Amino acid sequence: MSETTSVVLVGVGGQGILLASEVTARAAMLAGYQVKTNEVHGMAQRGGSVVAQVRYGAEVFSPLVASGTAAVLGSLERIEALRFAHYLKPGGLAVVSSQMIVPVTVSTGQAQYPADAQERLSQAFPRLTYLDAAEMALDLGNIRAANIVVVGALSQGLDLPPEAWHEALTACVPARHLDVNLRAFEAGRRSA
Amino acid sequence: MAVPNLGADAMFQWPGAVSLGDFRLSELLSGNQAIARGAYEAGVTVATGYPGTPSTEILETLSAHSDDVYLEWSPNEKVALEVAAGASYAGARCIVTMKHVGLNVAADPLMTLAYTGVVGGLVLCVADDPGMHSSQNEQDTRQYARFARIPVFEPSDSQEALEYMKLALEVSEQHRTPVILRSTTRVSHSRSLVETGERVPTGREIAFVKDPPRFVPIPLWGRAMRRNVEERLGALRTAAEKSLANRIEWRDRQLGIITSSIAYQYVREVFPEASVLKLGWAYPFPDELIREFAEGVAEVLVVEELDDFLEEHVKALGIACRGKGVVPRCGELSVEALQAVRDSGTGECLPPPAAPADLPSRPPVLCPGCPHRGLFAALGKFDVVVTGDIGCYSLGVFPPLSRTDAILCMGGGISMAHGLDKAGEPRKVVGIVGDSTFFHSGITGLLDIVYNKGVSTIVVVDNRITAMTGHQDNPGTGRTLMGEATTAVSIPDIGRACGVRDIHEVDPYDLKATIEAVRAALETDEPSLIVSCAPCVLHERTRLTAKRCIDAEACRKCGMCLKLGCPAIEKSGDEIRINSLLCNGCGLCAQACRFDAIGAAEG
Repeated sequence: MSETTSVVLVGVGGQGILLASEVTARAAMLAGYQVKTNEVHGMAQRGGSVVAQVRYGAEVFSPLVASGTAAVLGSLERIEALRFAHYLKPGGLAVVSSQMIVPVTVSTGQAQYPADAQERLSQAFPRLTYLDAAEMALDLGNIRAANIVVVGALSQGLDLPPEAWHEALTACVPARHLDVNLRAFEAGRRSA
Repeated sequence: MAVPNLGADAMFQWPGAVSLGDFRLSELLSGNQAIARGAYEAGVTVATGYPGTPSTEILETLSAHSDDVYLEWSPNEKVALEVAAGASYAGARCIVTMKHVGLNVAADPLMTLAYTGVVGGLVLCVADDPGMHSSQNEQDTRQYARFARIPVFEPSDSQEALEYMKLALEVSEQHRTPVILRSTTRVSHSRSLVETGERVPTGREIAFVKDPPRFVPIPLWGRAMRRNVEERLGALRTAAEKSLANRIEWRDRQLGIITSSIAYQYVREVFPEASVLKLGWAYPFPDELIREFAEGVAEVLVVEELDDFLEEHVKALGIACRGKGVVPRCGELSVEALQAVRDSGTGECLPPPAAPADLPSRPPVLCPGCPHRGLFAALGKFDVVVTGDIGCYSLGVFPPLSRTDAILCMGGGISMAHGLDKAGEPRKVVGIVGDSTFFHSGITGLLDIVYNKGVSTIVVVDNRITAMTGHQDNPGTGRTLMGEATTAVSIPDIGRACGVRDIHEVDPYDLKATIEAVRAALETDEPSLIVSCAPCVLHERTRLTAKRCIDAEACRKCGMCLKLGCPAIEKSGDEIRINSLLCNGCGLCAQACRFDAIGAAEG
């Protein structure tokens, strides 16, 4: 298990977690590593909590990340980071977008959305990059690039060269959206 | 990555077998994409199936090759297998794809196809869902292989998915038997690097050769077929003993682990020093290989997901081993579960590590603007029992809609309603089914209600697509998997042909009209059919009308809009607002509001 690097990406179905995971996996592949990913399809994608996982190294066995072993945790929603905090290893980097998506369980009064989320994030993650990825992406011209802002920030916690990330984005993103996504990646990378 | 060079197996020559000097492309493929690639490279020309998570992407991937392969989404898995059986009899190489519960539907043709055998290679690609990520039960498809007495292959990553697909087709043709390629959620939906090859057509002439004793299982000939199945099983066992899909990895001899499928990967991670017998071709069991392995190690542990399929047989061979006594039987295996086995020697079904208890749960929900919401909101006005079905509309069970009371299987929403009625349930019963599930196995249930003088109200929530699995075409959409336009079958016409006279077609975005249709249907004392028809918003991807917003001054905070369970309508603290990023502009909330406080948002 020693040589394998694990990445966990979380958020709400529909936020672009799968693209973020694809870009990360491809960057690792272009850097010359063996790669395995895992993602959720089907029912869980309908607005529920979503987890995608990427593992890379010289030889990778399990596609699933074990608790307490992820080098980085990227979250596109603030409380989803708390839900999946257990994946991160001690000293790992958490990148959390401050976006807030209220679950139906809260709107219907079955549960409460934590008011002190930011405080709890600071306690849970000694290495935390907390940013408003949606606002940053909107400023760059497309709010849907928020996922790539988070990828840019979490790239600071991984040992992959910048060229691999750029090439991965070029391969994964439609040409007409490439420019905004490259800028989103850089903006995220600078903020970490 | 350890890539078994199955091409070296003396019995099977791979089309495009790997040799060291070859230039091979590496691609990051999911297990499902790799299965499709394997089928393509092996010269498959007919591919059928019914969508079902986690199997769906196999045919979707293969559909990029519709110039070389005939593809279809069949109405159900039984039909899919029967179509493939006919194509195989003519000499075509075929695959049939489905999820584990789909094989229950296809079990009838499978059990006898095992008797008649095949001509062109025929492989059933069946994806199990341990942990029930997107399924109503856990089933171990390996049991069907033993039940039908046919081979089963189990890849543990995408490279093996491609290689085993080819191997399964070779074995199928050589031994004239249908073969199962069993995947699981983590094999199908994990991606890893795969070396791909070229397509090698079989070059076989397609022509059915008349041979009634071979293809007609009337008792006279069926009895001979039955004996052939046993003989074939013996030959298959011999082949499995020699196949490189089954291999021993000798390491430390203290502990030897027998494993298969994705569990192999967890074993390698948690027990890096242990010797391993990896069974990629698990049935018929390679007894000699199992004995050789057991004799070479001090202690045997069997690690397999779901049933004790291997363990039971290892014990039947008289080999002492540990298995389900320590390894979890329910749910998915994981690295953590095997660490617990390693460290404490006791197996418990480990729940996922607990999220902080006070975090609000975030279950899947009907999308903003989903047309099903209007139908469930209308049903909420009546005191009825609702039997549901398999699809997005199963999400109607959750609060605040809470408008589904029982779910069993595809088509079951219709027949269960009839059963409740006939048993004497005092309330009216409404059965719900989707468009694709209606075509799948709902029509016979509707026929039953008419024929046997039932009075149930059946609702087809027709969103013009098979939505939950990711928008596949079906007989109602007017389009085939080959990308061609075709007849769009009319659900009301089928209702009429079944003998239903009371038929209502409604637009579920018109709440008042939908409530009136439900009322009218419930009041009749004969079978009634409501077709609640509007396209899936996620598929059409167009906003219906203007996005909505709440006029804070007019809003009395009564919460009527929140009863729709729309994710775009958010309440935090005392404030109710509509999230403009999520709103699709369906307008149901404006109709639900009694104070005209919801209107079109600006811009």
